[in-house]
Amino acid sequence: MSPQTTAIGEPSAVAMAFFFAFISVTLGITWWAARRTRTTEQFYAAGRSVSGIQNGFALAGDYMSAASFLGIAGLVSTTGFDGLIYSTGWLVGWPIMLFLVAEPLRNLGRYTFADVLAARLAPVPVRVAAALGTLATVSLYLIAQMVGAGGLVRLMFGMSYETAIVLVGAAMIAYVLFGGMLATTWVQIVKAVLLLGGAALLVVLVLARFGFNPAALFATAAARHGAGVLAPGKLVSNPLDAISLGLALMFGTAGLPHILMRFYTVPDARAARQSVFYATGLIGTFYLMTFVIGFGAMVLVGPDAIRAMDKGGNMAAPLLAEFLGGQPFLGFIAAVAFATILAVVAGLTLSGAAALSHDLWASVIRKGRAEPVEELRVARLATLALGVVAVGLGIAFQGQNVAFMVSLAFAIAASGNFPALVLCIFWPRCTTAGAVTSMAVGTLGTLVLIALSPTVQIDLLHRTEAWFPLRNPALVTVPLSFAAGILVSLVTGRSARTDRSAAFSAWERKMHLGPMEE
Amino acid sequence: MDDRHARIEALAAARGRIAVRLTAAMVLIYFGFIGLVAFARPVLARLLTPGLSVGIVLGALVIVASWTLTWIYVRWANLKYDVELDRLRGRA
Repeated sequence: MSPQTTAIGEPSAVAMAFFFAFISVTLGITWWAARRTRTTEQFYAAGRSVSGIQNGFALAGDYMSAASFLGIAGLVSTTGFDGLIYSTGWLVGWPIMLFLVAEPLRNLGRYTFADVLAARLAPVPVRVAAALGTLATVSLYLIAQMVGAGGLVRLMFGMSYETAIVLVGAAMIAYVLFGGMLATTWVQIVKAVLLLGGAALLVVLVLARFGFNPAALFATAAARHGAGVLAPGKLVSNPLDAISLGLALMFGTAGLPHILMRFYTVPDARAARQSVFYATGLIGTFYLMTFVIGFGAMVLVGPDAIRAMDKGGNMAAPLLAEFLGGQPFLGFIAAVAFATILAVVAGLTLSGAAALSHDLWASVIRKGRAEPVEELRVARLATLALGVVAVGLGIAFQGQNVAFMVSLAFAIAASGNFPALVLCIFWPRCTTAGAVTSMAVGTLGTLVLIALSPTVQIDLLHRTEAWFPLRNPALVTVPLSFAAGILVSLVTGRSARTDRSAAFSAWERKMHLGPMEE
Repeated sequence: MDDRHARIEALAAARGRIAVRLTAAMVLIYFGFIGLVAFARPVLARLLTPGLSVGIVLGALVIVASWTLTWIYVRWANLKYDVELDRLRGRA
């Protein structure tokens, strides 16, 4: 099959039909949710009414971005095995989140992860630091998604870049502004089901051609494109870089504010635990399917045809869908990819809005004196403002290579948010100064080292050398952030030790038995 | 009340132990895999059956290991942790 015969990029009636069906259904959900979104608890946490399994699907929906669907399938289709390195990396953070963060977070906080820090330490400084960490993570992630959305929609629907960005922005603002967390949750669930269903259909159609034996598919790929496709290739040329990226993915997942916020939507810690169990199963299945889809595209479409369509290989899954099911299937997959982006940006916007309204406005500026009605109004204003800013940034960054921004967001989450959270939850001697230093060192250190890394110095600024050798700074910044937090806590926390240990017993009681106790 | 305090401490310690062990297992499995990718490419390129290299099997096993460790924790929490929490709440 040659790239000339594809209908990708032509306005397709089927794609439009699927796309508008998704928009109609999700706006319907938003209308339903809007009538159930009148309090801050409903706006930020869906009134704690989401069940464990529903939240499992919603977590998966929040996490499985278009980048991981189109990007990993593309990487596998052009390089083979190397895509599996990413697939595993994106998943291994989930068990860590379950073991260390999910249940304590649910019991110790209300709406944002900053609530946990503020419940034990001096609220104002830790909220400011955590809100800045949240906004840094969310905006980087958001820019990457918006720019990805613009490019993707132009490539698949032939729509202009600006139209696509404005459309994404408008739908996302509508979901969050009117439907709050309840609408966002159901948009994630619908998207997760569509994405998993679409991927499963692709896998079944691919495997049907190979006697439902994945090994036969891999063997055909090796016969046509060389045995190298079944072994590690050029991706991991620098082992330290691979380990550093691995650290960012593993510990960054448990520091992503929009994921952490989802644990407040379930009734208790037990449901939070169940939801990670389901999410890990769904996300792992998704990445295994992506691997098969990538190899299917390599064999049935061919790496050259895929690269001819898009250098990054992002069109591998859509091209494969077109090959297997013609234009209707292509339209469906294109619409699913678009829905995927919409759902992820909605989750990010809600989490950014909560940092602005709950952490900064209600707790820091108004010192907890804001009425819930006022906080809710500020949260909606923040949603609107963030949506407009996201559209502006999406248009401003048009054509820029923003792929590194997702790994940057993970690096900040891993080194700015995660260490302080773990120290605060588990370490009796953690102090306010320690937690704030850990967050500041982690976030600023990551930003500085990324600016000095080959990603920015060589790829973006076209210099010949970079000051800092690693593309992802997590190998340095995660240990540094932990060390800074521990050191400063030990120095500042010498006095009144017995007093604190009594306070920590109460903290432990709340962590395990939950907030109802006392 | 002191007895209750001691039992909460014991439960917190038990949860801490299992969380640290499972986290360590996940870190070792994942970075073991990345280490092989970086330093033992010929091993991962070896074929078990036509089409199935050691690397692909180990990569899939990392995903299966994530599921297994998650399942071990959830099972412990459902059978031990929740039961003890219910007892502690019942006595409150």
